[in-house]
Amino acid sequence: MPATEEMICITCPVGCNLAVTHEGATLLGVNGNMCKRGLKFAEAELTDPRRMVATTVRVRGGVHPLVPVYTREPFPKPRIFELLREIRRLEIEAPVTMNQVVLDNALGEEIDIITSRDMPEAGT
Amino acid sequence: MAKHLKSQYDVIVIGAGPGGLAAAISAKKNGADDVLMIDRDLELGGILLQCIHNGFGVETFKEDLPGPSYAQRFVNEARNIGIDYLLDTMVLDVTPGRKIFATGSRAGFKELDAKAIVIAMGCRERTRAQILIPGPRPSGVYTAGLAQRWVNVEGYMPGNRFVILGSGDIGMIMARRLTFEGAKVERVLEVLPYLTGLSRNYVQCLQDFGIPLQLRHTVRRIIGRDRVEAVEAVRVDERRRPVPGTEEIIPCDTLLLSVGLIPENELSQKAGVALDPATSGPYVDDGFATNIPGVFAAGNVVHVYDLVDWVTEAGLTAGTRAAMFARGCCNKKPDFVSTAAGQNVRYVVPHKIDPETLTWDTVTLQMRVAQPIEEAVQVRITDGDAVIAKKRNRYARPGEMISLKLRGRDYDPVRKAKELRVSVLPL
Amino acid sequence: MRSEYDIIIIGAGVVGCMTARWLSRYALRILLVERSSDVCTGATAANSAVVHAGYHAVPGTLKAEMNIKANPMWDLLSEELQFGFARTGAYIVAVGEEERPKLDMFLDRAQKNGTPAQIISAKEMRRREPGLNSEVSGALFVPAGGICDPWGATIAAAENAVMNGVELRLGTEFKDFLWSGEEARRIVGIRTNQGRFTSRWVINAAGLFADEVMHKAGVRPEFRITPRRGEYFVMDRHQIQVQNVLFPVPTAVSKGILVTPTLHGNTLVGPNAENIEDKTDMDVTPEGMNEIWDGGRKLVPGLDRRHVIAVFAGLRPAGNAPCLNPDVNYHHDFVIDIPEEVKGFVNLGGMESPALTAAPAIAERVIGMLRDAGETMAPKTDWNPIRPARPVFRHLTHEKQAVLVAEDPRYGRVVCRCEYVTEGEIVAEIHAPIPATTYDAIKRRTWLGTGRCLGGFDMPRVVDILARELGKDPLEISKKGHGSEFLFRRTKEAG
Repeated sequence: MPATEEMICITCPVGCNLAVTHEGATLLGVNGNMCKRGLKFAEAELTDPRRMVATTVRVRGGVHPLVPVYTREPFPKPRIFELLREIRRLEIEAPVTMNQVVLDNALGEEIDIITSRDMPEAGT
Repeated sequence: MAKHLKSQYDVIVIGAGPGGLAAAISAKKNGADDVLMIDRDLELGGILLQCIHNGFGVETFKEDLPGPSYAQRFVNEARNIGIDYLLDTMVLDVTPGRKIFATGSRAGFKELDAKAIVIAMGCRERTRAQILIPGPRPSGVYTAGLAQRWVNVEGYMPGNRFVILGSGDIGMIMARRLTFEGAKVERVLEVLPYLTGLSRNYVQCLQDFGIPLQLRHTVRRIIGRDRVEAVEAVRVDERRRPVPGTEEIIPCDTLLLSVGLIPENELSQKAGVALDPATSGPYVDDGFATNIPGVFAAGNVVHVYDLVDWVTEAGLTAGTRAAMFARGCCNKKPDFVSTAAGQNVRYVVPHKIDPETLTWDTVTLQMRVAQPIEEAVQVRITDGDAVIAKKRNRYARPGEMISLKLRGRDYDPVRKAKELRVSVLPL
Repeated sequence: MRSEYDIIIIGAGVVGCMTARWLSRYALRILLVERSSDVCTGATAANSAVVHAGYHAVPGTLKAEMNIKANPMWDLLSEELQFGFARTGAYIVAVGEEERPKLDMFLDRAQKNGTPAQIISAKEMRRREPGLNSEVSGALFVPAGGICDPWGATIAAAENAVMNGVELRLGTEFKDFLWSGEEARRIVGIRTNQGRFTSRWVINAAGLFADEVMHKAGVRPEFRITPRRGEYFVMDRHQIQVQNVLFPVPTAVSKGILVTPTLHGNTLVGPNAENIEDKTDMDVTPEGMNEIWDGGRKLVPGLDRRHVIAVFAGLRPAGNAPCLNPDVNYHHDFVIDIPEEVKGFVNLGGMESPALTAAPAIAERVIGMLRDAGETMAPKTDWNPIRPARPVFRHLTHEKQAVLVAEDPRYGRVVCRCEYVTEGEIVAEIHAPIPATTYDAIKRRTWLGTGRCLGGFDMPRVVDILARELGKDPLEISKKGHGSEFLFRRTKEAG
């Protein structure tokens, strides 16, 4: 049975209100998008919703006790909390450089988790 | 650091967040040999260091970066081109004669002279007292930015169960962040009938996690003497008065406030800089010069920006102009044309334009609307009846800054204009 | 640690601390007990900070007598104890013609009480206070009025007492009296949540709880403390400056809603006066805030609510004791006596305004009463009335700031950006004779966190400094004692 669902596209700051008609996971039509990216978003939301995830990882011996990290690409939404549990287990050693991989191929999704900044050793 | 700190600099930048970093870099690249940044934090980067989420740099670098990465690009460049900096150092005083008094535990007490100054101190957050929330004064009432510092930088959770007042971006971002760290965000309350932050944040910070948002709601009082135990939420009418019978006690241990940012201009006032009550920031011209000769301002200290990319752009302009001033070259007697906030515009920056700028650079007017319009609008600059420039926007929201560029071709009409009035109206 | 004393004082508000300081002059073993985690957390923590001239107290009352005696003591006291005080004078402002005759009544009362007062014309008053309501019809100027730092005064008095040998026990709550086994109706000490302490005298300075304490002694069963709540706004000194201490024409019950500068340059608006039941309810309320706003705007119409930087409420310990003088019809007087029906008890009650002002005179009166009761008050030869001030960074010239920072780099780190309070000052207070161990304790000693950002910048730094200096985990650091900790856990611990 076709159903129409409302969603807000998050691709850009405009936030178009989309009316998405679908049958199960099959996209039938989209209304309300101002550009093609809205279509892509609606499709992805139905079949494979993804989000960028940013969090922190414990650091030993650094200027701060945590270094911020993020997913290099949008990560499957249903597995975000599983990813966070995995990241919570980690602890890395200072000094850390920006874009250092703290977890590669996270949860087998072929997406690395990388640092957002340098974290020098304490006392630097 | 500043290994051989000088006592006089061509340009001193107060604040090494995105505005200050950009200003320092462009000052150095545009003829200022001796440039110094002063920041009160232990590291360069300003508020970006705690904004660990993505969304920065889409315009500047065509990349979607987290705040710290965006900052690091500028920090690295600043270091590479030899800009001095003082960290863990607070500026105490700025005189109209451009003398700076600062103090730091490592730097000691410093008295510095500058040929030009760029003030880039950013904003502070609106507090519980300013919005007059009734109740006792327990521990556990924090602004969203304070919680963000604790969670992301210092490594502490300031609570387990949160209610967030205000649907600004900082509050929504923290709702997600806290949820990621295992806390429960019970509710987000917004007194206005519309979201004040980006709707994409509503989706990816609230909707994704089933965190309810209640528009036209506020906190009627806080409950708990030593520590927050609950808040009493209530619906409000169009005059923001509580509607009796709609009270709801929401148990929680922390109330986070995301109720607005205020440009931090105490130092500016000490320097004699005149402030616009509409922005709470300095009156500036197209080069971000204030009324005090040689004192420029960049970033959130002027008005609250929404995208860091525009802060960088402003900083680059201010830095360039500061360097020019320090060198002694600039249009000493500009024939300024004033801008004015017209229909549905709460404020416009800059407050005045030197038309001569348009012969070598563009000038971006930035504004925020008073009321949201969720349909196509025309952003229009008029001088009396004459339309100087216009553009079409898909919508107009108070939470999103609107820009309109003036270019070389606008030089003549701008030069002849009595006033440039900016309006935003439905098409 | 000792458990036997000559004198025990219950309550470390301004009255208890001033009494302790005065008593510390004598060769007596003195214990000051306080239920909360710091001195100065009760009524003394939240009031108008005004040192009253004495025009309002009903002539013939103890309130009037103590106010008048104490007022001139503040100059020397603030020098000895090094706390903020300014004898600014004060104005009672009549708005509208109907109020004008009341000024004459207070002129008369001021003269009866013995404090100078002078009627000022409406025109002159408008000149002295440009932002005043244009409907002002005249004012009464009382030059003896002033403003002080009530926190500073109380903490300094307590420190001076401690420096001179008084023992202070915080977190120590009075439970009951200890009675003599041999002599009837003689108090020989107190039982607290931290154990028993014996003494020849117990002084009741328990403020809001003075009635409960005296009832345990079997004294004045009809005496009752009614908490009377007053709410206040603090206005940003960068946005508004009021030149003078402005009172409205008072009511019978209270001095009314003032608009007054503080020693910090901020402007205080308030208090209202609302009798409540709960002695711990210091909520600010929408109705209260509207009331003080209307009251404030009556004097200074230009007040703008957008300039409010802080809101707080305090409770007055209003008593119901009749004036001892039968000719005076007044039923809310101070209780300052040694009751006959019980031995070993000094009773101080009903310590609402002007108790802050009167505190030094009340302390002196306690000395007199003890002496009259046969106590040998032998002065110590080494009593030092001076409590040396610790450096206050923002009060120094740039030259002196540079010297201080060079001597101790911790004074170079500004922690409270709005009030320019440095790490050096915070550390000094943590290691002071009465250590500050909570955020609010530091706030009362340094004024940190009272500025525009209300602690937004300083809080994480203060938590770190307290943890480091006290050797505690940051998770243990609190706003005002156990139960008000700031942080719940570390970010990566299981949530």
